[in-house]
Amino acid sequence: MGRLDLSSLFGKKNNKSSEVAKDRLKLVLIHDRMNCSTELLEMMRTDILAVISKYVDIDTEELNIQISNMEYEEDGKKAPIYLQIFLLKI
Amino acid sequence: MSEVIVITSGKGGVGKTTTSANVGTALALQGKRVVLIDADIGLRNLDVVMGLENRIVCDLVDVVEGRCRLNQALIKDKRFEGLYLLPAAQTRDKNAVSPEQMKKLCDTLREDFDYVLVDCPAGIEQGFKNAIAGADRALIVTTPEVSAVRDADRIIGLLESNGVSNMHLIINRVRMHMVKRGDMMAVEDVVGFLAVGLIGVVPDDENIVITTNKGEPATAEGTSLAGKAFRNIARRVLGEEVAYIDLNTSHNIVDRIKKVFGFSN
Repeated sequence: MGRLDLSSLFGKKNNKSSEVAKDRLKLVLIHDRMNCSTELLEMMRTDILAVISKYVDIDTEELNIQISNMEYEEDGKKAPIYLQIFLLKI
Repeated sequence: MSEVIVITSGKGGVGKTTTSANVGTALALQGKRVVLIDADIGLRNLDVVMGLENRIVCDLVDVVEGRCRLNQALIKDKRFEGLYLLPAAQTRDKNAVSPEQMKKLCDTLREDFDYVLVDCPAGIEQGFKNAIAGADRALIVTTPEVSAVRDADRIIGLLESNGVSNMHLIINRVRMHMVKRGDMMAVEDVVGFLAVGLIGVVPDDENIVITTNKGEPATAEGTSLAGKAFRNIARRVLGEEVAYIDLNTSHNIVDRIKKVFGFSN
């Protein structure tokens, strides 16, 4: 949960509470539908880091997994996952 | 021909029991033979909402465990022809009944009734599994709130995975004046999130509190807007195409006066 970027919730200036509710609901539903536990996310993180560090030097301390609601599909079935990985030597 | 319909929501307090009582009554008023099953064992409430709490002789668990016959437990509602209630046990818990027993019970009732309505308990545990065990279709009750829609989404997933794919959505306690000023999610928004066909929109209506106080289903008397919404749901359950009530009218007196004078948007 902690790794999810919640800034999109607060980034937008919305004074209508129904819009705030919709934004929050979108994220909550994406999470629920993924059916992804904290352990599972942690395993995913470890695996991703292991694979990438086989090829390049990366900062293993820092990896952001973001589930975005910005490009949330109309039918509510698809949402992109963004990975932010920091390379150590360029 | 007969149908077993479970009324469910996940979250508590969104109006499952009120919906069960009113849709059941409305179906009976349409001339159907209807039995309401209170599947909320341990927290029975459908009897008080229906105003039948003084007539309970034995309950669902007594029937399942063979202590009394089904027709001894069924309470006939004298106000509405063809309407019966099978009350829940109050002193037992949800594990007192198994999904198999519930399915058998629903199938027995099917022979005698056009509609078997099962009022599901809140939650996703044993009580929910029991309530949906014999169901052909589900009515999912939600309100335009984040928590209620979230729980409805969860319930939809569980119904699908349990083979109840025929489901429809009832959005309860809609306050149009709040939707208009942007302080409540609109019906379209909720339907968009849940992607389940809509079968009813029920306005938040003081009459529900008043009729529930008295133990009379709101749908039985002609005036209340919520009562009308429940009658419309019953007709849609029967397969009729019914237009949705314009909730913008008659919601508050100022709007109505504005409308009369042409100030309304």
